[in-house]
Amino acid sequence: MTHHYREQIKNIANKYGNDRGYLMNIARDIVKELGYISEEVVADLADVLNIPMVQVRDMVSFYSFFPRKTLGKNVIRVCNAVIERMKGADEVSKAFEKALGVSFGETTKDNLFTLLHTSCIGLSDQAPGALINNVPLTNLKPTDIPQIINDIKSGKNVSDLPQSRVLLNLKKEGEVICAPMESGKAIRNALNMKPEEVIGEINKSRLRGRGGAGFPTAMKWDFCRKQKSSVRYLICNADEGEPGTFKDRVILTEYPDLVFEGMTIAGYAIGAKEGIMYLRGEYAYLLDNLEKVLAKRRHLGLLGEHICGREDFSFDIRIQLGAGAYVCGEESALIESLEGKRGAPRDRPPFPVQKGYKNEPTSVNNVETLCCAARILEKGGEWFSKIGTKDSTGTKMLSVSGDCEHPGVYEVEYGITIENLLELVGAKNTQAVQVGGASGKCVAPKDFGRRISFEDLPTGGSIMIFSKNRDLLEYMYQFVEFFVEESCGWCVPCRAGTTLLEKKLRQILDGKGTAQSLAELRRIAQTIKLMSRCGLGQTSANPVLTTIYDFADLYAERIKEEDGKLMTFDLQKAMKVGIEASGRIKEGVK
Amino acid sequence: MSKPVVATAHFTGCFGCHMSILDIDERILDLVELVEFNKSPINDIKNFTKPVDIGIIEGGISNDENAEILMEFRKHCKILVAIGACALTGGVPSMRNLVPLKECLEEAYLNGPTVKSENTGIIPNDPDIPVLLDKVYPCHEVVKIDYFLPGCPPTADTIWNALVALLKGEPLNLDYELIKYD
Repeated sequence: MTHHYREQIKNIANKYGNDRGYLMNIARDIVKELGYISEEVVADLADVLNIPMVQVRDMVSFYSFFPRKTLGKNVIRVCNAVIERMKGADEVSKAFEKALGVSFGETTKDNLFTLLHTSCIGLSDQAPGALINNVPLTNLKPTDIPQIINDIKSGKNVSDLPQSRVLLNLKKEGEVICAPMESGKAIRNALNMKPEEVIGEINKSRLRGRGGAGFPTAMKWDFCRKQKSSVRYLICNADEGEPGTFKDRVILTEYPDLVFEGMTIAGYAIGAKEGIMYLRGEYAYLLDNLEKVLAKRRHLGLLGEHICGREDFSFDIRIQLGAGAYVCGEESALIESLEGKRGAPRDRPPFPVQKGYKNEPTSVNNVETLCCAARILEKGGEWFSKIGTKDSTGTKMLSVSGDCEHPGVYEVEYGITIENLLELVGAKNTQAVQVGGASGKCVAPKDFGRRISFEDLPTGGSIMIFSKNRDLLEYMYQFVEFFVEESCGWCVPCRAGTTLLEKKLRQILDGKGTAQSLAELRRIAQTIKLMSRCGLGQTSANPVLTTIYDFADLYAERIKEEDGKLMTFDLQKAMKVGIEASGRIKEGVK
Repeated sequence: MSKPVVATAHFTGCFGCHMSILDIDERILDLVELVEFNKSPINDIKNFTKPVDIGIIEGGISNDENAEILMEFRKHCKILVAIGACALTGGVPSMRNLVPLKECLEEAYLNGPTVKSENTGIIPNDPDIPVLLDKVYPCHEVVKIDYFLPGCPPTADTIWNALVALLKGEPLNLDYELIKYD
């Protein structure tokens, strides 16, 4: 076999110092140059890096952005997440198929286009959307598609298309994230304190992690700082993958300085010299601007050696792009991914604050948490603690999508009721609100008095609204489908359970379920929740578990019972092949 | 008071579970005291003659006859107990599910190495032979099953304890070794 790409691969690997830890970046560059990663390339790359082939194959096969076979010159990824399908993604998908004459997963004969589906790309407020060559297109209409294809064929840049427009959609500015800021002020305030005092200030603010779990930030930093080690890392989790979440897109577009300011302060507090932002692959289009901001901050002395003239504090930030895997939002999976491996969650303990990136103490914080931290150092923990509720201080950036007049990002004070939120966003006739994304909770109208907060309804930011004329359970089914796709496959309850759940739910939705199917559905869901290894699995049954009681009627009306005979078994259909193969005639069978 | 009525059936499998039922040794005398048998290969009664309290079934469902008899059991039995790997999962016969039925039949009767010469094979089509289904189904995918006893086969003790518990309406406590297989 001729290995004609070997030189190219060598050069790319060289660029990253032949460091196995940069396998993701190397793979990304290879895809950029060669279009895909064949087995031949896997073998060459393994050889060049001097690691087993299986380690390379293991990693590249995990991520959806590393194609294993050749793709067309232009790669179209149509987003078919729940909100997108509510807003007509299916029709857009059909229009693409028609315009290109291929189905999803296929490449046109002239090798110009490959058509793929992708899960949420963080544009649910301007759905339906798609990524073409990683450039986002929004608010697509089926009638736009032929023109888009023609334009690309005639050599037009995707970013010059009229649909290539990401609206900011920041609908409500609050006093924490969206307030005006003076770059460097918070850092200077922090540097006037000892690191322990910075953590003390955060502690005073009672700030909790914004990713959804709500772990006290000061405690996390304190744990990390107290670990005996000379090297520590600070990671900013910008892998915003929860369906229906897009608040980090807005923060990273409008307030990147605030994020980097927060990262620098966190680095000072925990004693890290290196900060890494893990940016989801779908947000690659934000990278250029983020790099510019980093360069500017280095120029201003807010990053790099001796920050603000302090001899004893150096800190720099690099950005790592993900490659399209939902589970990498989980902090230990994210760390695995950062180390150039497949994004499978680690066993805990040890926790990342003990042994994280490269086995050193690591604090992983959400984009929004770091913004809050910067603001706290600017205005004081006392000030912050007075906003919000007792156990949920501060504000929350909410990504609102679905059936409402004004989808977009809202910065609201913690403690807002669902009812007030619905009023704010102009939602009427609401059947249900999905709080916290696919893994969150489906809230029924009787609970619309409940509050967005850690003590009541926690959310990483995703709010999806379903009006009364939606077939709610069909959307819950799509959430279940999503988890089947995104399960990393490590543990059986999640890998097999999500598939069983999908099949059982489909059976019920198709009107072929019995009371027994419903009981089985509940049992499978509970087993998945109880037995799965990581947060993805443990929450993957939530679309079912949170609707099966509050929306019991929707299930009940599809259940039929017929003398213990199961609706799913069709004897006539099961006999068809056998009859045809033997060429015999059987009475009553067509 | 009349004795509870029990029926048993065997579908696609090896008859090992019925052997295991017989393996209860001298307790078979107690069994005869305890219950009355209706349709079953054990007594060779071919048709149901009365309503049955407990139906015990072995084997997976691979053809139309299996399916029809299973449905008949569901109709006549108050409680249906599936025993053994084949009834529960399809078992060894379900290994054919990996290959499409048409290919299976063609390999066996038309193209296989044991077919003597070309163009002489025929896929059996006598009307008396049951029609194979597209795949082997576990019993619970065809009718509602009330209880499952795993094992290949479940031991005589497992079957005996389960049956006695069911007849007495008591909870079933099986030792770990009786239901743990690996």
